[in-house]
Amino acid sequence: IIYLKLFQEMEDKVTSPEKAEEAKLKARYPHLGQKPGGSDFLRKRLQKGQKYFDSGDYNMAKAKMKNKQLPAAAPDKTEVTGDHIPTPQDLPQRKPSLVASKLAG
Amino acid sequence: MGTLIDKLNNLNKEHADIISTVEFNYSGDLLATGDKGGRVVIFQREQENKGRAHSRGEYNVYSTFQSHEPEFDYLKSLEIEEKINKIRWLPQQNAAHFLLSTNDKTIKLWKISERDKRAEGYNLKDEDGRLRDPFRITALRVPILKPMDLMVEASPRRIFANAHTYHINSISVNSDHETYLSADDLRINLWHLEITDRSFNIVDIKPANMEELTEVITAAEFHPHQCNVFVYSSSKGTIRLCDMRSSALCDRHAKFFEEPEDPSSRSFFSEIISSISDVKFSHSGRYMMTRDYLSVKVWDLNMEGRPVETHQVHEYLRSKLCSLYENDCIFDKFECCWNGSDSAIMTGSYNNFFRMFDRNTRRDVTLEASRENSKPRASLKPRKVCTGGKRKKDEISVDSLDFNKKILHTAWHPMESIIAVAATNNLYIFQDKIN
Repeated sequence: IIYLKLFQEMEDKVTSPEKAEEAKLKARYPHLGQKPGGSDFLRKRLQKGQKYFDSGDYNMAKAKMKNKQLPAAAPDKTEVTGDHIPTPQDLPQRKPSLVASKLAG
Repeated sequence: MGTLIDKLNNLNKEHADIISTVEFNYSGDLLATGDKGGRVVIFQREQENKGRAHSRGEYNVYSTFQSHEPEFDYLKSLEIEEKINKIRWLPQQNAAHFLLSTNDKTIKLWKISERDKRAEGYNLKDEDGRLRDPFRITALRVPILKPMDLMVEASPRRIFANAHTYHINSISVNSDHETYLSADDLRINLWHLEITDRSFNIVDIKPANMEELTEVITAAEFHPHQCNVFVYSSSKGTIRLCDMRSSALCDRHAKFFEEPEDPSSRSFFSEIISSISDVKFSHSGRYMMTRDYLSVKVWDLNMEGRPVETHQVHEYLRSKLCSLYENDCIFDKFECCWNGSDSAIMTGSYNNFFRMFDRNTRRDVTLEASRENSKPRASLKPRKVCTGGKRKKDEISVDSLDFNKKILHTAWHPMESIIAVAATNNLYIFQDKIN
């Protein structure tokens, strides 16, 4: 009987590469959700798109990406804690998107 | 497939240039591409009577324009990508060309028109447009039309916005040429091409409690001839065919297509790899094709129980699912397409490989879209992936495949043996030359 059980396990691995891969995954991530590949992915998919705290935060992030530095607070401004809160004057203009695609060049 | 001649368009490596959709128009004379940067580039096929044999049917840039811009949803503090998810052409009704392009949230109808004449000899303004003093005009003349260099203009004619809470994955023009559908993860809307402030919701699978969410809509398409019929596919590997004559809200399907699964072979990956990434009706309207992660299936619309054909795209990846899950490749959405006569189907894979299946001869071939491994005007060499054991010369082993080089988008000319293959930010156009 033990011989038959071993044979069955070997068969599973040989005939189902998928099950072998599943075992590998569970070994690496033991806390992986019990529900096979379902709702967690779907919820993540529905929330696709980076969330920002507000539109000021969004513009700051864009500025950071383009200029690699924050707009510096004026030295005589007191009581600034954390990042400088943007005012309309110091928000950088969004650069217009490239009109010419390289595909057309 | 005979001798193939390829023509390449080269690009620099920039994220915004990643091609996100490719589509021929109804005649095949125009080929539109959309990219991650929100731009649309349209190619036009050269006329054949040019005297030079080799320039027959080459595609050159016809028009390029910025379709969508990145936006910010203030209510949800979410960024809305400008990436063009889909382009669909309208059938041509006059000299101008019309297409629909969509990003995650907004669909736009674009008119592409040519201008090759301009009027000269106006009475009230002179040649550079300045108004003339009416008191100085002593004679009347009739303006005449003079030829000018061809100018192709793209203008947005309709903007269909604010109808989708979730991300639009599909648009499909109806055979009535008056309406079209747009589908997001949970809902499908029906629009009239002339009306932008209203759309009808025809499918809604959002559960009352989002905790109970088990599947999403992955693709949708109208039937090519029956204007009341459409299908939508799901992340669980099922397809529902709906008939708009039966009720206004098509939550109850007319047909339900699902292949039975052997419960003993079920694994953690089963549902993920069964998720359908694309669904396309055949030109005949009798069949439809679905693409899941490892295979392409052809279904007879009269048989819901199982597909009539299953073609393995890259079965060797089944033993790599663990790594493909870790690097997210298992969620890649491949598209598929039919040739004009429905005798062959094509879909993409990794390593810039794409696969073609001849339904009649049951032969298949793997080809590569890359500059390094092919020269312009040379035939494409079939490629082979070695799955184990001894690797033959010219074969490539599974572990050497480049999973960053994905071919997700391909298109087939509606009548001729011409295909367009998008490999990241490069577009390849291959033609079959019969000598």
